[in-house]
Amino acid sequence: MIEITTTRHNPLVDPVLSVWSWEIPVYLFFGGMIAGMMILAGINMLKLAKGERAESFYSVQTPLLGFILMNLGMGALFLDLAHKLYVYRVYMAFEPHSPMSWGSWVLLLVYPVILVSALIRLPQAWPWLGERAPVLQRLSDAIVASPGKVKLLGILNIGLGIGLGIYTGILLSTMVARPLWNSAILGPLFLVSGLSAAAAMVHLTASLVPGHPAPRSFLGGAFAMLVQPLGERPPEPRTADGLVKADLAFLAVELVLIGLLFIGLASSSASHVAAIDLLTSGKYATIFWWVVIVAGILVPLALQWLELGHRIPHTILPALLVLAGGFALRWVMVGAGQASHMIAATGM
Amino acid sequence: MEQLSRRRFLKISAATVGAGAVGSQIPVVSSLAMGSKPPAGKVETIPTYCEMCFWKCGGIAHVRDGKLWKFEGNPLDPMSRGRLCPRGTGAPGTHYDPDRLSKPLIRAGERGKEEFKAVTWDEALNYVADKFKKIAAEHGPESIALWKHGTGARFFEHVMRAYGCVNKAAPSFAQCRGPRDIGYLLTYGTGLGSPEPTDIANTKCLVLIGTHLGENMHNTQVQEFAQAVANKATIIVVDPRYSVAASKAKYWLPVKPGTDMALVLAWMNVLVSEGLYDKEFVAKHGHGFDKFAAAIKDNTPEWAEAETGIPAATIRATAREMAKARPAALVHPGRRVNWYGDDAQRQRATALLNALLGNWGRKGGLYLQAGMKVAGYPFPKFPEAGKPKVDNVDERWPFADEEVTTGLREATITGKPYPIKGWVVYASNLIQTLPNEKETIEAINKLDLLVVVETHPSEIAGYADVILPDTSFIERHDDLYVGWGRQGWTALRQPTVAPPGEQKPAWWIAKELANRLGVGQYMPFKDMDEYLAARCEKSGIDYAKLRKEGILMGPKTPITVEEGAEISFDTPSKKVEFWSDQLAKRGFDAVPKYTAPEKAPDGFFRLITGRAPVHTFSRTQTNLYLRDLMKENEVWVNAETAAKAGLKHGQYVKLKNQDGVVSNRVKVKATQRIRPDTLYMVYGFGHTNRMLKSAYLMGASASQLNTRYKVDPLMGGTSIHQNFVTFVKEA
Amino acid sequence: MPRFGMVIDTLKCVGCMDCVVACQTENDVPFGHCRDWIVTETRGEFPNLSLEIRSERCNHCDNPPCVTCCPTGASHVEGFGKTVQVTAEKCIGCKACLAACPYGARFVHPDGYADKCTFCLHRVKEGKDPACVSVCPTHCMVFGDLDDPKSAVSQLLKSRKHHTILPEAGTKPRVFYLT
Ligand code: SF4
Ligand code: SF4
Ligand code: SF4
Repeated sequence: MIEITTTRHNPLVDPVLSVWSWEIPVYLFFGGMIAGMMILAGINMLKLAKGERAESFYSVQTPLLGFILMNLGMGALFLDLAHKLYVYRVYMAFEPHSPMSWGSWVLLLVYPVILVSALIRLPQAWPWLGERAPVLQRLSDAIVASPGKVKLLGILNIGLGIGLGIYTGILLSTMVARPLWNSAILGPLFLVSGLSAAAAMVHLTASLVPGHPAPRSFLGGAFAMLVQPLGERPPEPRTADGLVKADLAFLAVELVLIGLLFIGLASSSASHVAAIDLLTSGKYATIFWWVVIVAGILVPLALQWLELGHRIPHTILPALLVLAGGFALRWVMVGAGQASHMIAATGM
Repeated sequence: MEQLSRRRFLKISAATVGAGAVGSQIPVVSSLAMGSKPPAGKVETIPTYCEMCFWKCGGIAHVRDGKLWKFEGNPLDPMSRGRLCPRGTGAPGTHYDPDRLSKPLIRAGERGKEEFKAVTWDEALNYVADKFKKIAAEHGPESIALWKHGTGARFFEHVMRAYGCVNKAAPSFAQCRGPRDIGYLLTYGTGLGSPEPTDIANTKCLVLIGTHLGENMHNTQVQEFAQAVANKATIIVVDPRYSVAASKAKYWLPVKPGTDMALVLAWMNVLVSEGLYDKEFVAKHGHGFDKFAAAIKDNTPEWAEAETGIPAATIRATAREMAKARPAALVHPGRRVNWYGDDAQRQRATALLNALLGNWGRKGGLYLQAGMKVAGYPFPKFPEAGKPKVDNVDERWPFADEEVTTGLREATITGKPYPIKGWVVYASNLIQTLPNEKETIEAINKLDLLVVVETHPSEIAGYADVILPDTSFIERHDDLYVGWGRQGWTALRQPTVAPPGEQKPAWWIAKELANRLGVGQYMPFKDMDEYLAARCEKSGIDYAKLRKEGILMGPKTPITVEEGAEISFDTPSKKVEFWSDQLAKRGFDAVPKYTAPEKAPDGFFRLITGRAPVHTFSRTQTNLYLRDLMKENEVWVNAETAAKAGLKHGQYVKLKNQDGVVSNRVKVKATQRIRPDTLYMVYGFGHTNRMLKSAYLMGASASQLNTRYKVDPLMGGTSIHQNFVTFVKEA
Repeated sequence: MPRFGMVIDTLKCVGCMDCVVACQTENDVPFGHCRDWIVTETRGEFPNLSLEIRSERCNHCDNPPCVTCCPTGASHVEGFGKTVQVTAEKCIGCKACLAACPYGARFVHPDGYADKCTFCLHRVKEGKDPACVSVCPTHCMVFGDLDDPKSAVSQLLKSRKHHTILPEAGTKPRVFYLT
């Protein structure tokens, strides 16, 4: 029998570590989703460069949406910082050992790439802007006219997207002190979960306002730019099916990765085994089982499979569930991960 | 969680860690977190002796830009040896305590309702003086009594005596070390006083009976205890609880509470029957040894095993360990030893055990205290006392050599032999200090005047008619402390910072009162500087040097036989009294006898109490540093007992005693570290004075549950461990 | 250049928390926070028990994950004594280091930056012991250069049985506990 007492009483540290509340999960969720969107958009840009018709949703709205979501994510991150006035310090150093430093610099590159990507169809999508800033129109034309440039953009999007997606996992997984995070699976898991969230987000947005053509006004145009597919025709069923198919694959892989994460932890040290319990039977169990696994993966899997077989109509429900599940995964992992701690292996 | 940061005002600047600014520029402070630029600040160091507890260690206050920064031990001081205990180190937390009393207060509502209005010092002192005069006119000045604890009471005692107040009492006698001092006085002809002359540093075998050094933070003794551990001394700890000291011991004897006397008698039985005692010492210095030996003949280890629960073999083994190490074997006399109401006799038994080990005046045993001569101040002579004291009429407690607190309380209640109408209470929280608070409140209700002089709003302050806010020790002058120890010394108390509010030092309050009572001539000095300088000058002490160094050591004289000291005993027989004729003459046991403790009623457990290293009595719970470390007490419950009672570790529970008194809620510490039949609490918590904001209703008060107490027939000590409690679960 | 470490004798330590209070006053640690603390570990069953009391703090690890994860270099290994320190003016308060430390040694200072034990470098530079070491009534702590075989810390580690906390974390802690 062992009784342990401590007189330590530091806020956010005792009785269990709780330095991160909702802000970091939000940041990780948006980060992962943007990463996914960049990858999806990048793939389409490569197609565009090859001359395939890929003008619809991905290549325009996705980067713009990404830009906005990214600001939300960064906003959440900023809110989390305890020493806000000193935030600029991140960009006065590059710390090669620190995932957070890598992440910060990657994010710095993501911004221009997203903005330039958005330029491809921006004037067209938002005529109000295109008319007032002809320079954008010219830039857009210049990019679209050069398959090489589009290809480069596509590659940049995919590369940075993968980096960003994996980073959101690596950030946590390098911490030996937190057994629940301490797994190589976490990077790929967050990447795949980001991809499925991205597909869901794109799907959701595309389904929201199918009206056209784009209004020429300032506000209406700006809104349409974000949620309205471009061009004369509504999105082809092919696109929607493609998204759903992709999402099916992502969800299936995600499920496998969560399984692998558990197997990995279970076959590791006592600290790691104890960490699983935090997810499966502790404070976070309800959310983990019902929101992450059932509502976030299993139900959308089933619904989308039925949709593909045209046994039920397309709805936005699976997309909403996937998004909720994706956020819940970050929230649960961040919360339970902080609570997980190392247990002395040997008697002292 | 509170986030009081008292360095908020210090701006963070752009220096980097270790940028070289640190360290080179003493006395510029460089105390801040690395990375923050050290603030430019001048540090002044002022020595003074500590009174976060009664041990009175020498310390050095570090004052940075006029603000108290830290308090460190004075290396010249024989008590602290340069290292204070956590309470001393935390003294700045008392200075900055926002719950301190800061203005004189006069009661504005019903007594005990804690409603006061702030007044000026003039108003408050005039009010007190007028009441004094009124009581003196009606009943005589003897009807005003002083309750006291600590150095600051000195001038109150003086001024009140000058006014004719003869009655006074200090709980430190009957509620603490009194039984021990009387036990030793009866045996050796001298009490032990403070600090106890225990040569722990050099002992080869240390026996602690209930003494929980390390939790009980008697600084010097804890330092020496660690030395004893390092020296691999054989340590024997008798405690129903696995105390910190017990964890360092070779033998832990988890004795059944109330049976310590049986154990001590059995140990002596072994030493005598196996002929292991110091025969030479006994032959030379013992009185009545044969009668003593006969009296303990039946107290065999087998007999004691049944009483104490300690195997006879362990009792034998431990007795032999002591014998092997003697005379460098030491049974610690303890300090707060008023447990069961027969404590003077139990302490006499440990005194006799020490005598069998022949450790009086021996290295590793009890050394002979050395002091130094310091002249008093040339005060005018006091007027003749009018009436005799009321606390111990007709020598009801024949061996009490100090005033008996409960005697004074009883006289206040009964008005016999004459009424007591005024109390001045100095730094003594009688509600928590005396047993059975009901009786204390009953006595208070008989009073025409209750003056409380305190640093913080204790429970008794809640009942006061007038509260006079004292400065804390670190802000005031007091009289010299002339210490007795391995070598005598004199320590100075002087202000190191200004008090944070309108508080006034005790001596000033007493002097102002003297002026108003017409006895100003008894306080003939202008201020303490003048008083202290005069005493020093008369004693040939360099006052300026003392002010700078804080400590002056007396002459080194031999304190052990090994060093050439002579030993003698001031008992009637001039010997160590194994058999006490004076006890026999008064009808008491001439040799201590064992009485079995009462059994707990079904479902009840005996409640025992002790100390925590970071708190002193009920005085420090709001200290900014100390409350961070222990803001409430816990009730220790054996893990199995807790499981049987359906209690979980960490849950809150209330305790109800045999008289139906229910405590405030207290956290359960379910632990293997205590006997299944015993509960343990640190006392001093569970404050009920709302003015103590940060300590109000934190934890449970052990003394509140002490409604059933026995009074020591020898000297008036009142027991603290005679209560049985059960659990009341929170709804 | 020395490599500072601490050796703490658990046999002597009584858990009085003097080290905690001394650190608070010395370093103006804000109320409600602590840079060092006391852990007690009781083993066994009544009445066969053992107790280890440890004064714990940042271990100034040889392999400090808190430094590795810091995005700004605020957490760093200080040249002097190879101790782990935080530069408040570089810290953004991301709290990654709090999560990365297996010992819970860090906290967020109310002013926003990560804070923890500094080994009282400012005192050490003046030739003094850290505050906790210098105040301990039991003299149970010893501070010094682990790389100097003649230092008291090295001698103690050579002659006495000892352990560190969570060695399996791979951090190579430099606070050692004698048993
Ligand atoms: S033992 Fe502690 S509180 Fe008591 S006088 Fe010494 S330092 Fe002060
Ligand atoms: S104990 Fe924690 S804070 Fe200190 S160096 Fe090691 S990992 Fe860093
Ligand atoms: S909280 Fe400060 S010191 Fe810690 S990792 Fe973040 S920037 Fe570095």
